[in-house]
Amino acid sequence: MSKLKGRSLISITDYSKEEILQVLDIAEGFEKNTRQKLLDQYVVASLFFEPSTRTRLSFESAVQYMGGSIIGFASADTSSVKKGESLKDTILTVSNYSDLIVMRNPIDGSARFASEVSPVPIINAGDGANQHPTQCLLDLYSIRKTQGTLENLDIALVGDLKYGRTVHSLVQALSLFNATFHLVSPESLKLPSAVKKWIGDANLKYYQYTDLSDVIDKMDIIYMTRIQGERFPDPLEYEKVKNSYILNNSMLANSKENVRVLHPLPRVNEISEDVDDNPKAYYFQQARNGVYVRQALIAAILGLK
Amino acid sequence: MKNKRTELIVSAISNGTVIDHIQAGNTFRVFRILGLENTDHQVYFGTNLTSSKYGKKGLIKISDKFFEKEDINKIALVAPTATLIEIRDYEVVKKELVSTPETVENIVKCFNPKCVTNNQKVSTKFKVITDHKGNMKLSCHYCEKTMDKSHIEFL
Repeated sequence: MSKLKGRSLISITDYSKEEILQVLDIAEGFEKNTRQKLLDQYVVASLFFEPSTRTRLSFESAVQYMGGSIIGFASADTSSVKKGESLKDTILTVSNYSDLIVMRNPIDGSARFASEVSPVPIINAGDGANQHPTQCLLDLYSIRKTQGTLENLDIALVGDLKYGRTVHSLVQALSLFNATFHLVSPESLKLPSAVKKWIGDANLKYYQYTDLSDVIDKMDIIYMTRIQGERFPDPLEYEKVKNSYILNNSMLANSKENVRVLHPLPRVNEISEDVDDNPKAYYFQQARNGVYVRQALIAAILGLK
Repeated sequence: MKNKRTELIVSAISNGTVIDHIQAGNTFRVFRILGLENTDHQVYFGTNLTSSKYGKKGLIKISDKFFEKEDINKIALVAPTATLIEIRDYEVVKKELVSTPETVENIVKCFNPKCVTNNQKVSTKFKVITDHKGNMKLSCHYCEKTMDKSHIEFL
């Protein structure tokens, strides 16, 4: 029985390296055999206080592949929140009806708070700009699956490194695995110093670049993220830099054989569609891996794996 | 000698607390944090007093008032060098340096407007950390944002 039983997952740092690897191992089993009916007579609540496509649907699909039932809502508009109910009251009520709560909420820190008041475990499916640990685990799963290991890899993180929460969690997690970080971003969207501290504390190296084409050929993983024009104080500044962060197929011509391109999605234009057919493109399989990882988490937390 | 002169500038108290060795620039912050503007107790204070240790220092004396741990923690956040002296019947009965706590609960507001503590009825909770330059910072238990001293706002 796993040590994860009964424990909420709020932040990727809640898990040790061993616990992360344990989830990935369990997820491999679900990839081989997705329809394991472990959740017969279990009810999982899915509380999405703000819209989400991938995360919500992959959680619901994970539960249903395992034969469980799902209750909940897909936006705050269809819940009692609209009547002014507090988060605490919503969580205490829903915990009466379910064995586990999956929650996305636009307020930073709401998931940690929910886990402190809830008698059933909470899985954080994104709390505002703070954490999104299941995305991080599926990124790690995708990296390990395509590279055969998580250790000693050269990872390029590209785009908005300042505000992108998936990037921050990924840096925290990969710092456990001796990664070398190649940080590619405009000056104004560089990785925050608090996140760089994780790299420094782990005695690992990072390099900073402003042009994507400078790093491609040496990487094992290229993790692309979206740059939002509205993040720039000056729209002209955005126009000047935006093409430096768009990956197209010809740029991969001299890349390593094992390199894979990842993206948490949704993509706008930062990966040209001509990359999609390149075997080095992995972002859609990455999204698929989200189902296995979420199955693994639900099963482990409910003590079924 | 210098200490003696300080004692003469600010009146002695028979019972109460002396907060000494406040960095001169922080005297009024300590004053505000402890709510001394509205207190009924007799309060004497001085700032820019000569200090052999710090050059200039602030000093506050509050008659018939002894502080709880929570208040001492508050002082430690803005005046980490302060000394707390307990006076009973003109005698110093206790003298201790304030110590920065490991955590602070429900005394500081999170500077992140999107933090759950600013949006729901949730008590704030911070871990006190030191960055690589030795600066004290507060890391929010909930939203995980780190704020430096200049953002500290007391509840």
